[in-house]
Amino acid sequence: MPNKILILFAHPLFEKSNANNALVSNIPDSPNITFHDLYQEYPNFDIDIKREQELLLLHDIVIWHHPMYWYSCPPLLKQWIDLVLEHGWAYGREGFALKDKLLLQAITTGGKKENYCSTGRDRFTILQLLEPFCQTAKVCNMTYLPPFVVHGTHSMDQDGYDDHGKQYNLMLEYLENKEIDLAELAQHDYFNNWMATKIG
Amino acid sequence: MADGFFFQAIIYLLAAVVCVPIAKKLGLSSILGYLFAGIIIGPYVLGLIGQEGQDIMHFAEFGVTMMLFLIGLELDPYKFWRMRRIIIGMGLLQVLGTAAVLFIVCSLVLRWNWHATLTISLALTLSSTAIVMQTLKEKGLTKTSMGRSSFAVLLFQDIAVIPILAILPLLADGDINNKNISQSLISNLDPWLQTGIVFGTIGLVYIGGRYIIIPLLHVVAKTRLQELFTASALLLVMGVSYMMQLVGLSPALGAFIAGLVLANSEFRHELEGDIAPFKGLLLGLFFIGVGASINFNIIAADPIFILIFSTIFNSLKFFVLLVVGKVYRKSSDQNLLFSFALSQAGEFGFVILGFAVQLNLLPTTLSNQMMAVIAISMIGTPFLLLINEKWIDPFFGVKEKPKEKYDNIEEQNDVVIAGFGNFGSTIGRLLKANGIPATVLDMDSDRVDSLRKLGFKVYYGDASRLELLKAAGCENAKLFIAAIDNPRVNLQVVEMIKKHFPHLKILARARNRNDAFELVDMGVNDFYRENLYSAVNLGVDALVEMGHRRYTATRQGQRFIRVDEEATFRLAEKRHDKKALLISTLQEIEIQEQLIKSDLYNQLGAQDHAWEADDIRREQQQGES
Repeated sequence: MPNKILILFAHPLFEKSNANNALVSNIPDSPNITFHDLYQEYPNFDIDIKREQELLLLHDIVIWHHPMYWYSCPPLLKQWIDLVLEHGWAYGREGFALKDKLLLQAITTGGKKENYCSTGRDRFTILQLLEPFCQTAKVCNMTYLPPFVVHGTHSMDQDGYDDHGKQYNLMLEYLENKEIDLAELAQHDYFNNWMATKIG
Repeated sequence: MADGFFFQAIIYLLAAVVCVPIAKKLGLSSILGYLFAGIIIGPYVLGLIGQEGQDIMHFAEFGVTMMLFLIGLELDPYKFWRMRRIIIGMGLLQVLGTAAVLFIVCSLVLRWNWHATLTISLALTLSSTAIVMQTLKEKGLTKTSMGRSSFAVLLFQDIAVIPILAILPLLADGDINNKNISQSLISNLDPWLQTGIVFGTIGLVYIGGRYIIIPLLHVVAKTRLQELFTASALLLVMGVSYMMQLVGLSPALGAFIAGLVLANSEFRHELEGDIAPFKGLLLGLFFIGVGASINFNIIAADPIFILIFSTIFNSLKFFVLLVVGKVYRKSSDQNLLFSFALSQAGEFGFVILGFAVQLNLLPTTLSNQMMAVIAISMIGTPFLLLINEKWIDPFFGVKEKPKEKYDNIEEQNDVVIAGFGNFGSTIGRLLKANGIPATVLDMDSDRVDSLRKLGFKVYYGDASRLELLKAAGCENAKLFIAAIDNPRVNLQVVEMIKKHFPHLKILARARNRNDAFELVDMGVNDFYRENLYSAVNLGVDALVEMGHRRYTATRQGQRFIRVDEEATFRLAEKRHDKKALLISTLQEIEIQEQLIKSDLYNQLGAQDHAWEADDIRREQQQGES
């Protein structure tokens, strides 16, 4: 049984993002993977809650795919989180609709990886900065996986984009077709690193 | 009499309707279909029409005039001016070269007197504008390098007819039978004066076109009577042709100049659409006439001579053209096509021969033989081109893609906007501001004029006409925006587009819900009710005035639009369940009732709890207690 994957993609200026174009164009063409472009669907932030909840129920793995803006996600994804993850549905005493689904964040940052540490410019690691998202997933009874991160997109060349696109592709195929050893995965801070051990 | 006319008309039309589709089915050009239709109904096969084929042709030659008017419309003076070198250069080279070679060969081989030889050489030098331009258009070659060269040579030939007709009387011995060319009003005047008048007339056409005809067309356009505009277009072409004939110039040349003058006007597409059907019909009639006028008795009397002569003359002309093309550095496959296309003799040949017979320059039998030769060469051209396409051209690798270099006449935009009132122009501005050019069609000539001054490319015309839609490039466009003020016309246009250009994505303006229903019935799902969005915006502001927070009111407005749009689709289907007996106002009330009910239902059912804490608070209290 392949896993069903829902990619919730949020980028307000996708047409100018080389990194995200490379990632999105490498999404495998599979009936089990749904690419859902939020800014394309809801330019007025008028999110169709029913539809979004139905989509979530149809999938096993949810990916929040977005660039890192001011240490957080673009506003439409936050709007999505606010509206779709309803009390009594996603969380609360009677909210178990998302229970045991896997949640993964796929993010891009303009800055280099070295900046994201206590001595670096950004003072916090990516994992620390993503803690609110991790906690949201936990409240909704979902399993939060280590994020897939592409650093340094501002200074990346075409090879770099292609390279990360390929990685994204491999990761999605892996998620679709294989069962993940969660304990093993938890040893790594980034999903990328764990993938590297899997495919050598 | 009426009987006779109807019978004749039916025979011509029937012959065309039967033969042309068969020719098309066989992959031949429509010209061949017409020609064979003419032969079949002509005196030597079915005998349904007699010798009047000639008369029909004289009338139908007007089709050629209209064709040149249309060609003029598609060029503009500036582009025409840039072609002047190849028109004069290639044209002169071809006419003089062909005439000289034919004259020399005929003098050496045949025992005609030199007058006859020269007359025949000149008659055969001119190619058939009708056949060549029609063929090029059918094959989509008008914008290739060979298409431009062919056009240039043909145009020069059309002009050359006049001096040729003027020279012929000088060839006639002694008593010059001058009656026939003195049709021209001015031929008795001093030559210098004549020249002056000729140039004056051309200038008059140019200035008259700019300062009289265009304003006149505005007036006509304002009456909004389609047929009156068609009448004006015909009047224009006929008037200019007649004037040209009066001063002894070719009507085709006059029509061409008139076309050039109007090429830059906003009426271009509309005129094109109005004249094109007449042109097509008359050209068809012309080709039928050519077929019917072939005298098979004469061919049967000496078939070998005619066949050999046709072949030799065709090859001579072909080789001269090949040399001309070489001089102008055509690539080999373009040059072959060019030479084959122009290798026949044409309709002006008939005119010259007929005139020469009147001047006693050559015996009637010889003239009839030559007319047969011309007709055969005209019939042969489509076959020659077929042979070239199938067996000769493949051996020459160099292909020139039909590219639009300086003949970029048709502006081809991906977006066509019909209707440029407040609604359409807003769309146009938004697109323009984002670098998307659009072809715009509008019915209001005043508005067209002022918008053109502002730099918009707007064309005047009734967008519900297929010809205009074609001229606007709907065949290659991607998006059609129907934004016409009059809802009925708008729906008509959408229907036309759906029918004739099914590939086009349509975004349609709808005045109200009923329009929207019609659009849903036609299968258009992207409709924009002009009162919905502004009414909802006003409603949102009303809510704010009444104390709602703006963001909440805005979200309610968004939801309202969504619910209303869904309801429209639902009601559009439901509408057909009802017996059509309901009076429309009653129906309208019923629809409103249904809408209000569904609003109530949706307001209750679709409440979300975003950013609300009531639920959470309740749960916590329950937990504590």
